Amino acid sequence: MSASIELVVNGRTVTALEGSTVATALINASELGFRASPQDDVRAPLCGMGICYECRVTIDGLAHQRACMTRVRAGMNVVTAVLK
Amino acid sequence: MNRRQRSDAIVVGAGIVGAACAAALIDDGWRVTIVDRAFASAGTTSVGMGHVVVMDDSPEQLALTAYSERLWRDLAPELDVRSEHDPCGTLWVAEDAAQLDAVRTKHSVYADAGVVSEMLDEHGLREAEPNLHHGLVGALRVPGDSVVYPPGVTMRLLAQAQARGASLREGVEVCEVLPNAVRCDGETLHAEVIVNATGASAAELTPGLPIVPRKGHLAITDRYPGFCRHQLVELGYLTSAHVMTTESVAFNLQPRRTGQMLIGSSRELVGWDPSINHAVLGRMLGRATEFVPRICDLSIIRCWTGFRPATPDKLPLIGPWDPTPGLWIAAGHEGLGITMSLGTARLLADQIAGRATEIDASPFMPTRVIDATVEEHS
Repeated sequence: MSASIELVVNGRTVTALEGSTVATALINASELGFRASPQDDVRAPLCGMGICYECRVTIDGLAHQRACMTRVRAGMNVVTAVLK
Repeated sequence: MNRRQRSDAIVVGAGIVGAACAAALIDDGWRVTIVDRAFASAGTTSVGMGHVVVMDDSPEQLALTAYSERLWRDLAPELDVRSEHDPCGTLWVAEDAAQLDAVRTKHSVYADAGVVSEMLDEHGLREAEPNLHHGLVGALRVPGDSVVYPPGVTMRLLAQAQARGASLREGVEVCEVLPNAVRCDGETLHAEVIVNATGASAAELTPGLPIVPRKGHLAITDRYPGFCRHQLVELGYLTSAHVMTTESVAFNLQPRRTGQMLIGSSRELVGWDPSINHAVLGRMLGRATEFVPRICDLSIIRCWTGFRPATPDKLPLIGPWDPTPGLWIAAGHEGLGITMSLGTARLLADQIAGRATEIDASPFMPTRVIDATVEEHS
């Protein structure tokens, strides 16, 4: 069993298993709105393998990071398009 | 005007220059047909940056860009959302004390031409654009410069012309310009006035025009609203544009209304090869990271190339083409076709109507090419 780590999602501290992806951590934390389209539609992971770019979030201040391709790190700060 | 209402004008090329000429001729009462072998904005219009900018490579260039920018300011309130007009201004960025001196000179040259600009010192520059490299010493801010989406503007100009009776014929190739006529596939169209506004291809239709394609690369990023606020251009850009070397790059960064960053620029003389030159693209992006180190964090989503209609003296050809009765040229704008389109159309329409032009049109006369050839042979 992997160790649990803590990261911050939209200002809230959540736990995730070390080695999991940010996408997994967000879904487990019920953060289902990942990014907003230019028309402000909320989007979430579709392909889960880095192709569709629908899961982009802001990680440590850097926009457009693919949550499905990024592994969680302790203390990571993630900002999503909050589900309306 | 009654005579003109019965007269036909044909504009060949539905890029932004052709569209602007069509709109200006409609204003003068001509019955206008615009023909394009592909479709509106299919050529250079759709692949450039859309920077409406005053430039001072020569007094003539300064006169035409400043004149055109005034016309853009008049047009701006009429532009729709698809034109993506953004009055963001330009920052001409200086890297060292020598360039800062050049910026001061530019400031006074602009003032003499009636173009508003202001000097920014190192501190002012950092405040204006926090993502610029901190070693830069200052800049010239030109608040009257702006950004547009050229195909959007072109559609607008064409729609306005069409609403007033102009006809747009796409997919019609003009094979030959005859005296007061053009020969297309299977038909000949007659007109008192024919305008060659086919940009980088203009010499195909009018052999003898000294216009060659000058290739450029652009890259566009994902959306990062606020990453920069002005169009940022290195002072060395003018040198890159002026010297007809086989290859050069210069830093040029443009914020789009979408939040995307458009990164340029490169110049190559390699004919019509549209392939991405990875070495040049790499140098171009490398130059951008020297000015804006954080650009490395941005995700580029697309790169492409396009061809500027370049002339040997860096000035467009606007006026009558004496060897062919009825033929007028509006082409050869290099990297300034979007900016100069409106001024070009006014200069052309004024000449066709026999009116005085608002700025001196003689430096742009296509006949300067013919005169130069005659001098060479005499």
